[in-house]
Amino acid sequence: MDFGDTQAIKKHVRVYVTVFITLLALTLITVAISRLHLDVPLAITVALFIAVVKGSLVASYFMHLISEKKVIYAALLLTVVFFAALMSLPLLHHSNPIIEHNVP
Amino acid sequence: MDIPFTIAPHPETGVFNAKAGIWLFLASEVMLFGALFTTYILLRVGAPEWPHGELDVALATLNTAVLITSSITMVMAWASLMMKSFGKFRLYLGLTIVLGFGFLIIKYFEYSHHIRMGDVPSKNTFFAIYFTLTGLHGLHVIGGMIVNSYMWGPGSKMWKTEPARFTNRIEVAGLYWHFVDLVWIFLFPVLYLL
Repeated sequence: MDFGDTQAIKKHVRVYVTVFITLLALTLITVAISRLHLDVPLAITVALFIAVVKGSLVASYFMHLISEKKVIYAALLLTVVFFAALMSLPLLHHSNPIIEHNVP
Repeated sequence: MDIPFTIAPHPETGVFNAKAGIWLFLASEVMLFGALFTTYILLRVGAPEWPHGELDVALATLNTAVLITSSITMVMAWASLMMKSFGKFRLYLGLTIVLGFGFLIIKYFEYSHHIRMGDVPSKNTFFAIYFTLTGLHGLHVIGGMIVNSYMWGPGSKMWKTEPARFTNRIEVAGLYWHFVDLVWIFLFPVLYLL
């Protein structure tokens, strides 16, 4: 998309509006599902799945990641790897037999 | 000395320097919030019980809508510059700043209610991590509003002399603002709904 290319940008604007409406709808759906009082593992899965979809829409369209250069993807891939390692730390803690769990 | 590659893409990266810089900064921000999310998980799985219904879901839903709306006004501010419409740019960026302010006002009502009720960070680990995560996020909102206000006001003079460079600046400010929105998209269900 070039600076001053009005026609191309107008097409993008229509996509932004569609993404915006989808994000609002997904927010309401998340709240509605939370009122169903599902089992905790299912509730976490559904809520985080919707959050990932919403986050992907923001990153892909508002942040233009859907058409970005390779160097940005490479930096983000590295970030995802380290983020995944960080998120797996609680699992290591939970599988450690030395630590007593659920001690008040 | 002129700053290199403010408009043209750098031959090594294929993007202008500020864009490469902001993405690297956002990568570090992912790790910052990632560390706090990991802390939240550790605290929650280690707790004998976890409070439910302590937070105002209606206010948080409204705040989510406010922040999502501010994201589209931010991207519309950039799109307006791309279409060489400076007037619309100021309208949309102004709306983004107002919406950011609205988010903070709603957050103020939430915080003041909790403090009145004695729900302070020292009460339990739930409120400790709640105030830490939302407080850090709120500081990011304030940071974004300062940058956006500069771009709306004195910083916008650059439009007259270097319009393409100014448009790139708004894109970079927008990337940061959308990241702040993205963090809230995860904070909302994790803290308020689960």
